[in-house]
Amino acid sequence: MSSQLSVTPLHTWHKEHGARMAEFAGYDMPIQYTSIVAEHQATRQAAGVFDISHMGRLRFDGGRADQLLDHLLTRRVVDMQTGQVRYSLVCNEEAGILDDVLVSCLESPSGKNYFLLVVNASNRAKIVRWLQPHLADYPDVEFHDVTDSTAMIAVQGPKALEICKPLLPTSALSLGYYRAKVTEQMSKPCIVSRTGYTGEDGLELIVKAEDANRVWENIMLAGRNLGVQAVGLAARDTLRLEAGMPLYGHELDESIDLYQAGLGFACNLKDRTFIGSEVLALKSKAELKTKRIGLVLEGRRAARQGADVLDSDGRVVGQVTSGSFSPTMDKPIAMAFVDAAAANPEIALDVDIRGTKVSASIVSLPFYKRTESI
Amino acid sequence: MSISPEQLRYLESHEWAYVSDQAAGVVTIGISAFAVEQLTDLVFMALPKVGQEVSAGAEFGEVESVKAVSPMYSPVSGTVVEVNSGLVDRLESLNVDPYNDGWIMKVKMSDSSDLAGLLDWVSYKHQCDHA
Repeated sequence: MSSQLSVTPLHTWHKEHGARMAEFAGYDMPIQYTSIVAEHQATRQAAGVFDISHMGRLRFDGGRADQLLDHLLTRRVVDMQTGQVRYSLVCNEEAGILDDVLVSCLESPSGKNYFLLVVNASNRAKIVRWLQPHLADYPDVEFHDVTDSTAMIAVQGPKALEICKPLLPTSALSLGYYRAKVTEQMSKPCIVSRTGYTGEDGLELIVKAEDANRVWENIMLAGRNLGVQAVGLAARDTLRLEAGMPLYGHELDESIDLYQAGLGFACNLKDRTFIGSEVLALKSKAELKTKRIGLVLEGRRAARQGADVLDSDGRVVGQVTSGSFSPTMDKPIAMAFVDAAAANPEIALDVDIRGTKVSASIVSLPFYKRTESI
Repeated sequence: MSISPEQLRYLESHEWAYVSDQAAGVVTIGISAFAVEQLTDLVFMALPKVGQEVSAGAEFGEVESVKAVSPMYSPVSGTVVEVNSGLVDRLESLNVDPYNDGWIMKVKMSDSSDLAGLLDWVSYKHQCDHA
């Protein structure tokens, strides 16, 4: 293992519990503890616990923090209420996607509002650099990268809230979807957010780095009779793929605009300007040339990133961006970008899997949608 | 007769070979328990065809897990004389016994000296223990 790799506060726990570790975005991360399918199914049927401390956590304090972020994000920030969370994109001037983020408007225990931006681990350094000139324009905004001083744990699945019940105050457990709150776990500060990246209901917790192991152990203990399972990054990827959620570096990058990615909902153009808004305003009216689609493949072989998508004449009409065997559907699935004309379920498509043509059908995303509890 | 891992010869890439018919120069080939454990969640295996030529150290098929695709390399050169064609439908048997029920193909060797270049169990196990 390379000595330059960063580790999360839970690194020792992972190693002591038999995790296979590998580098991801500069971190030595748990890929799987048991089997990917077992961890995937545990999350779909009971609950999975994920160390996502590698994700970047950026805090903005001060009166005009909302205006600064409103200038940087495709989603409107200035009208956010305390406790709201929004999915947004960060674009460059050409509307290329720099990152996809969650922005939360939180109230500190002292009663002050602040904003928290959760960014992809792989983009954290880029986003922090991108922020610098804008921070200079808003000298009253205090910026802190709190990634290293905190840890982030996701509890996801139909039993996630039940497991967290003995651990968190009622006010945190009763949060609505895409709501967040600064609260406490055993008298220690904890941000609870009703968000996730698995297609399941659940919570994401941010705690101080020194409290991470205690919180993690508490969750594992509280869930031991409810089927809780530590889940690595491999199953996190199959879960998010089934949920049709984009992953930066696969469905998103600087060459893709948010309309192609099917993320028009995450862009508010009306009565505001932000970085990239001029180009996005034009793109919002133009016809899409390429579209993000979901594919279900015949057979058992998965198409991986970069595999060509072909029409019935064998013409390349696009590429797979993410593909895996789906444990829930027991079939190979993929997301792909294809020419708009080919993004038609009536059209027969093939995927070229290392030289072999495999039939694929277009299905609407997401592949998997949980049944809502009442 | 049951084959045990101690009797086999290995490639560093985790394929095993066993001389199953000395007179005919036929070698049975599969992948090791270590490889199966590392791959986990096997979903597919692309097998060679009977009559196909394989070369020592060259890819003859691939095994796919939920996470990734891995090529399988032939320990010897020769002609495929038999394939365990039912294996694809019961890949889980590789978790139980990759050395008997989980064999992949039988190859009639064109050059039996290929065997000399393979690792014995002690060397192979040492490699796995220090992976």
